[in-house]
Amino acid sequence: MWDTEIRGMASAHAIIASSVFMATILPAILLEKFSVYGMHLVWLYSVAGSVAVVNIAVFWLLGISPPTKRHTLSYKISRLVRSCLYFLLSCLFFHTVVVLYGAPLLESALETFSLAVLLSSMTTLRCLCMLGPNVQAWIRVFSRDGAMSVWDTSLQITTGCSVLGAWLGAFPIPLDWDRPWQVWPISCTLGTTVGFLTGLLLAPVWIHCHRKQLIYKSK
Amino acid sequence: MRRTKRGTARMKRLLVLGLLLWLCALFYVGIFLFVGGFLLVRLEVNRTSTCEDVLSPSAGSQADFCRTQPRFRRAVVLIIDALKVDFARYDHSNLSPRPYENKLPVLQELVSLDRSHAGLFTFQADPPTTTMQRIKGFTTGSLPTFIDVGNNFASSAILEDNLIHQLGQAGKRVVFMGDDTWENLFPKKFHRSLPFPSFNVKDLHTVDNGILQHIYSTMKGEDWDVLIAHFLGVDHCGHRYGPDHPAMADKLTQMNGVIRSVVEHLQNDTLLVVMGDHGMTDTGDHGGESAKETEAALFLYSHAPLFPAPASQAEPPVVPQTDLVPTLALLLGIPIPYSSVGQVLLPLFPPPGHPQGGRSGPDQSEALWVNVKQVNRFLQTYSSMANDIPPDRLSELRAAFAYVSSAYLASVQQGAPASPELLRSMQAYLTSVRDTCRASWARFHPLKMAAGMVLLAGACLLCYLLSELSSAVLTEGALRAPLVAGVCVGVCVAVAQLASQGHLDAPWCLAAAAGSSEVLFLWRHRRRATHSSKSRPSAPSQLVGAALLVLALRCASLLSDSYVIAEGRVVTFLLCSLGLYVPLRLNWDGHLLPPPSPDSQKPPGALPAIPLPAWAVRREGVALCLSLAVLAGSLCLSLALHACREEQGASCQPSAFLAPLARMQDERLRNLHYLLSLAALAAWTHLLYRWLRHYGNLNAPGAPAVFAARWLLPAAAVLTGLHWAVSATPEDSFRSLAELIRLAQSVLPRAAYAALGLGVALLWLDPLTVFVKHRAPASASTHHLPPPPRYRASTGISPQAELHHLIPQLYQRIRHSLEDGPASAAEAAGGSSGQDGRPAVEAYGLGTVYSAPLVLLVGLLGTGVLLLHPESLAPAFLLMLLEAAALLHIHATCTTLSGQQGDHATGFRVPWAPVVLWSLAACQFFHATGHLPTFASLQWGAAFVGFPDGHTGTLLPATLVTLNTFSSHILFALACPLLLFWPLVTEVRCNKSGRSGGEESEDVVMEMRLRENPQQFSSALLQLAARYLFVCGAQVFASVCAAAVLRRHLMVWQVFAPKLMFEASGFLVGSVFLLLGVALVLRVDVAVSGWFKRLLPDASR
Ligand SMILES: [Zn+2]
Ligand SMILES: [Zn+2]
Repeated sequence: MWDTEIRGMASAHAIIASSVFMATILPAILLEKFSVYGMHLVWLYSVAGSVAVVNIAVFWLLGISPPTKRHTLSYKISRLVRSCLYFLLSCLFFHTVVVLYGAPLLESALETFSLAVLLSSMTTLRCLCMLGPNVQAWIRVFSRDGAMSVWDTSLQITTGCSVLGAWLGAFPIPLDWDRPWQVWPISCTLGTTVGFLTGLLLAPVWIHCHRKQLIYKSK
Repeated sequence: MRRTKRGTARMKRLLVLGLLLWLCALFYVGIFLFVGGFLLVRLEVNRTSTCEDVLSPSAGSQADFCRTQPRFRRAVVLIIDALKVDFARYDHSNLSPRPYENKLPVLQELVSLDRSHAGLFTFQADPPTTTMQRIKGFTTGSLPTFIDVGNNFASSAILEDNLIHQLGQAGKRVVFMGDDTWENLFPKKFHRSLPFPSFNVKDLHTVDNGILQHIYSTMKGEDWDVLIAHFLGVDHCGHRYGPDHPAMADKLTQMNGVIRSVVEHLQNDTLLVVMGDHGMTDTGDHGGESAKETEAALFLYSHAPLFPAPASQAEPPVVPQTDLVPTLALLLGIPIPYSSVGQVLLPLFPPPGHPQGGRSGPDQSEALWVNVKQVNRFLQTYSSMANDIPPDRLSELRAAFAYVSSAYLASVQQGAPASPELLRSMQAYLTSVRDTCRASWARFHPLKMAAGMVLLAGACLLCYLLSELSSAVLTEGALRAPLVAGVCVGVCVAVAQLASQGHLDAPWCLAAAAGSSEVLFLWRHRRRATHSSKSRPSAPSQLVGAALLVLALRCASLLSDSYVIAEGRVVTFLLCSLGLYVPLRLNWDGHLLPPPSPDSQKPPGALPAIPLPAWAVRREGVALCLSLAVLAGSLCLSLALHACREEQGASCQPSAFLAPLARMQDERLRNLHYLLSLAALAAWTHLLYRWLRHYGNLNAPGAPAVFAARWLLPAAAVLTGLHWAVSATPEDSFRSLAELIRLAQSVLPRAAYAALGLGVALLWLDPLTVFVKHRAPASASTHHLPPPPRYRASTGISPQAELHHLIPQLYQRIRHSLEDGPASAAEAAGGSSGQDGRPAVEAYGLGTVYSAPLVLLVGLLGTGVLLLHPESLAPAFLLMLLEAAALLHIHATCTTLSGQQGDHATGFRVPWAPVVLWSLAACQFFHATGHLPTFASLQWGAAFVGFPDGHTGTLLPATLVTLNTFSSHILFALACPLLLFWPLVTEVRCNKSGRSGGEESEDVVMEMRLRENPQQFSSALLQLAARYLFVCGAQVFASVCAAAVLRRHLMVWQVFAPKLMFEASGFLVGSVFLLLGVALVLRVDVAVSGWFKRLLPDASR
């Protein structure tokens, strides 16, 4: 049972990771003069969009969405609306946090917000997919014995890695190397993406290695 | 039994203070040693030579060379930055030259064409081989160090006598083009100047092309006498690509062309000097003292014969850079600059007795004599001002001068040409003077630097160890042995030095003393350190890793010039990271959500403390979020208050809050700023006042500390506001009131100083803010439960505050404990109102008895340093207060939530995270109050607050500027013990509502907990201070390492050395105030002890 779950997760993660690569390659084929640095926002939104779509598709197909108590249409719609609202709020939250870390407040606000969108689509969106619009559950998941399934553990790992990547991505910005990727927010978005990919890779491996220690409480 | 415990377990006040003093002293010695080896100091002599000085002693016999026709009417000085001597040599046999070889053939061509017209030398630069220091060196002829004491830090203009000044005095028109460093060094000294920006190292061509556009047209014109052109391309090429790169070949080839065409434009009466200011290493850097950096090229050329005796093979292969100054001066017919220690280049002057051949100017003996006299005059002036030249050396030099002058005067009187021996002894004199000066000014002391670094590292290690072992060290009293050993070793070394060398080398004695005491301490505690780290696997808080990681990142950031330049933002980033990590970690550990069920698995044997009830967790969680929001807000707003470094370029706009109001043009804006500042000042005072009132510290009617809080603090604030109003009025308005304004400008700040000083003095005299109210005897039923107090404070204190911040129970407890003891105690205690009816006593403000004086002192001092800042920076201080409060609350809620509050096993230890946050906040507000670690950004205006007419001494203005510069270090260091008190102060909040049962009242003792556990109190205080010292000391150590390792980095004198100075001074000032804060706490403890004794006379038995 363990192995099938881990294998399923690995393949799901592989699909999501490949979507990131596709989102990089496709614009390069379709658009002339495309480069990750030069048309950074295009790349960013393509990655964010594809990650979002693939995430939703994968989790919907796999059925790892939170159990819904009612199946009425209105309830589903209200959940959808709340999810969208939460996603927007998380974008704003990340924007605020990034500004707190020292991002310019007014100039290049669009870039900062785009970074927030990317971060949200790599962290909040997965939370929404797995746990639904339930902040209590989110807070619960991110504690030591809060994970209740392998998917929760993978959520912990990918989210942590994405945020850590964005944090590390800010390090080279003040250096005077004059590289194109030091421009705000390229290094941070690259860091986020790399962190996310690392998390996707790391989660099945880590869970596989620690499968003995992992004990999940029933929901 | 209880009694004996109380007898032995006393606060070890003196030991705590002694240990901290010893730690600080170790740091000071380390810093002193390193700085002594790294920052070479020299006094500037601000005198200038005149033509009268150089008159020959036998006036009349020789013409004053100043007034005669000089040898050359004009000179062209081409400075090619970083022109290494290897670049200038030409080797025919080298068939496959490297990119930097054989690219300047024009020099060799000219030399081989006629040896009497041209000469190529190795130009020996003195360290520090940075462009600015070198320009100073070859214009003043001196050996500039990093700190030339006497120069004004605010601008870099050269005040010492120099060639440019002398040329101007002589009426020569100096035209300058190139590196804009010159424009800063010699403002308004040039006849015409075309500076180009030099900062961007990546830009190879702007400066050079700018020069080339103008140099030929200028040379063709007639309105110049001396033309200085400073090319930067070679240097920048080196920094960017290194010498071994095709770009260097292109650049040198371009320079070759430049020299060639300049030579074509030369006229017969013009001297051409081509030189490099320093060399470069194989990586293209410079700044240090290696041969590759110091060996530049010097090329002299003229159409007229330049070397009168070309046959002579005495051509010096190496010319020290200082020698150019006297040579050029004598060739151009101006006096040698006063502070020059160079000697004339002899081959350029005709030998004595030779026919002059129509040439004018001095011959070799005259030139040397002028030079010797000038150098001797400088040496006398300098040695009368400073005493860094060893006296025995000085007397040798005096004797040599006496011999040379008598010999020369004798030969002049005989009319015979000076003998070669005389010339040689004159040269020997000049050389030995220069060598003496170089030995004391221009050499790093690697041994001293290394010793300083070792000492600092040891001191940091010691701090860490002490913070881990604080309780063990305190029980043992392990200070005496290291102190004795240190003093003994220091004295031994001193005696040995006196015996062997005859004089005392204080730095080494101190180093030996500090080192030996460090080693002894470490040796004695090495075993326990390993043991304790095994026995206690993890610190109570899991934040250790993150906090030390952030500290490590902070230290690493000091090793990169980019991060030092962006320091303000880097620190904010790190602070934000650690601040946001705290709640994440709490949540990870499951402390943020109420425990789901009471029977959740707990490791057996864990603390029996009851887990916090759900409502308390939720409430603390909200408090944590609010504190984080305040922290975030103040971080964000403080970013808007930063100043800009020169290196940040045009992308950085300095904050509008940094300019004094009087300089603001727009009247409405000025009023707005004034109102904002006033509001911030009012809020600052009000918040402090409210806090004190809230905790019942303002009730005692006669207490001096209360007087300070109620009257002196607001009075100082009002005076400050008035002072701002007066100083903000533009000078031209209110002419009729000018006299009054002037008076007010000095009286108002001085009155504020006086009020604050009085407040601090009163606070120190009697720091207690406790008010005791004796009530009528209570009924017998309230034996265990004192009734709610009915007394209402006259200050309008809220009944709620009254309920929760009075500690009536405490006194009852003490009484109970006494009653349990011998009967005589109870008898004596009840003496005031009889045996059975005990006096019920309420003590207001006893719960904050330690923190209240500290808060008040911070408030008083903060108002004082705020007065020293530009008016508009008052919001920065308000932010500082808010952020400090937020940090304290975050720390307190963390302690509460992670359940360490009632845990006596952990004592009162403060974990690493809040200490690191605290220190980072100090650094952050250094930047947010408009300061930068550069000398140009010192706020000199602070010296004139209250003293608009200036000062007579230097101590007072220096103190004021120091207080201004390190204001945030001072305030945070002083307030550091609050980290220990705050969890206790806020403790009451989570236990209060609804539950005032007997058990709960046990808990509501706030800071009296400390009093009950004096041992743990003193060890926690020592630990906190040691941790703070460690965090600050690690940063000093990192910047020391940066300066030592990167001493030949391009930015060492612009970035790393000033950063080191600021970091070290910040540590010095901060540690002093940390000690003051700790001392105040101990002082309060003494006062509290006295108070208890007075209250219960028998307790002293
Ligand atoms: Zn240079
Ligand atoms: Zn350079």
